[in-house]
Amino acid sequence: MRVAVVGAGPAGVRAVERLVAAGVSPVWIDEAPDGGGRIYQRPPPGLMRDARLLYGFEAKRATAVHDALDALKPKVDWRPETLVWHIRPEARTLHTLSRGRQADVAYDAAILCTGAMDRVIPVPGWARPGVTTLGAAQIALKTQGCGIGRRVAFLGTGPLLWLVAYQYAKAGADVVAVLDTTPFATKLRAAPGLLLGGMTFAKGLYYTAWLRRRGIRIAEGATPIAIDGGDENGVTGIAWRDAAGREQHIACDAVGMGWGLKPEAQLADLARVPFSHDPLQANWVPVRDGAGRTPVAGIYLAGDGAGIGGAEVAEIAGARAALALLQDAGERIDPIETVTLDRRLASQARFRAALERAFPFPAHLARDLADDTLLCRCEGLRVGELRAAARAEAATGPAPEVNRAKAFTRIGMGRCQGRVCGAAAAEVLAAELDCDVAAIGRLRGQPPVKPIPIPAPVDTP
Amino acid sequence: MKLVRLRDAARPRIGLTLDGQAIEAQQGDTLLTALLAAEAGHLRDSEFGDGHRAGFCLMGACQDCWVAVEGMGRVRACATLAAQGMEVRRG
Repeated sequence: MRVAVVGAGPAGVRAVERLVAAGVSPVWIDEAPDGGGRIYQRPPPGLMRDARLLYGFEAKRATAVHDALDALKPKVDWRPETLVWHIRPEARTLHTLSRGRQADVAYDAAILCTGAMDRVIPVPGWARPGVTTLGAAQIALKTQGCGIGRRVAFLGTGPLLWLVAYQYAKAGADVVAVLDTTPFATKLRAAPGLLLGGMTFAKGLYYTAWLRRRGIRIAEGATPIAIDGGDENGVTGIAWRDAAGREQHIACDAVGMGWGLKPEAQLADLARVPFSHDPLQANWVPVRDGAGRTPVAGIYLAGDGAGIGGAEVAEIAGARAALALLQDAGERIDPIETVTLDRRLASQARFRAALERAFPFPAHLARDLADDTLLCRCEGLRVGELRAAARAEAATGPAPEVNRAKAFTRIGMGRCQGRVCGAAAAEVLAAELDCDVAAIGRLRGQPPVKPIPIPAPVDTP
Repeated sequence: MKLVRLRDAARPRIGLTLDGQAIEAQQGDTLLTALLAAEAGHLRDSEFGDGHRAGFCLMGACQDCWVAVEGMGRVRACATLAAQGMEVRRG
């Protein structure tokens, strides 16, 4: 049986571990040079790799994932620095690119563990040098020992907002403000459910309390107004409206921003896995059962790419998907192990639901954006241009769903394929059409899932 | 945009150039770090006149940190390690 696993984050590592234990040696592909996924990404050689310093409370978990990864590499066909840019389920083939060389990988079954990225909402001035995602701010610190600026403000919502602010302050950066767009009362209402998270919840409280003790300026229920600056100086400050409606401003030279995560599910899409809109998570997620099986024969999903669950869930889901794959291939698997994993996944799902209620995606921030705000960074498209395309009197006829709007306006057609603007664009369009965001559809993935050079030579096996 | 080196900042130095100007970086820097921790300020210009760009996601997804390297062509600065003698042009 030819098995391929895409991704070497926590989900991919535990999937491959389970496959190898069953005597299956997969082709294991990861875009990064050293695996670990984004959460447990290791710095390049030459930088120190002190797990305690890099991963904090997660050091033990990170080290365990790295150890498993390194032990598995020689037992599989390990292909780092390799992008899977297309998947053709009818031919059961992955198309890859590694250091300028293309290759085809045939599979009977594939587990896609493609991870997630930050979900962002545009703010006037957000394309300026000095503004990054929260994930980017964390990666700069974790893998390069760098802060995104000298005086940094963090904006958005969710656990990552508080974690990154804590990590920056702890590393000696001047964190000038943490601006959480979620009102305090919303979080308070979700508190009973959050207690299900045990240690995870406790850590969240610890970061918040630590930042408060340091006297770092914190705003909850904040509404961003603009990130100030210019081409010469980059970012110079950030303005917001506080919970009482008063305008506030603080000087800074960098802003990290993000509102939770969204799945990187382009390969599942190209594999023709259907998607459904998850209103709690406010994301489109590929359809799968609790074990990671999809309606597409031979395609399994695990980790944040299959719907946001976090790193702990990803490890469990990776192992679970591998067991499903083995079972479907006629291997005997331990029923007690699957039941145990299913129970752990169910308990984590209850905590995740509470987390989503504590930090809901603030769709109104996208819906209320001014017409002249830059919406699509790749194509230089402004909010008003998308709104105009949705109107009945538009010259092209109205765009009733997001892919039609893409054809009319180029929204999501650029180099990132709507990864960055997609979530906000959908809200802008839904508001203009006065319908539920699920009704306007989702931007379909297109091969190549990331830009690749056209004249790359083909390796024949 | 100016990246600030907060820790592990005493690594061996390497030299590269950006649009012909000398840049001093450290071994293990990505191109994005090498350029933005020096005085580059930005990595590219929006093709649509929306000003300078300096990357956004740092995880190879947003494609907003493209630069050109002599002999390598167009690369993502966030996902490419800087090396001694690299000749980089803004993307």
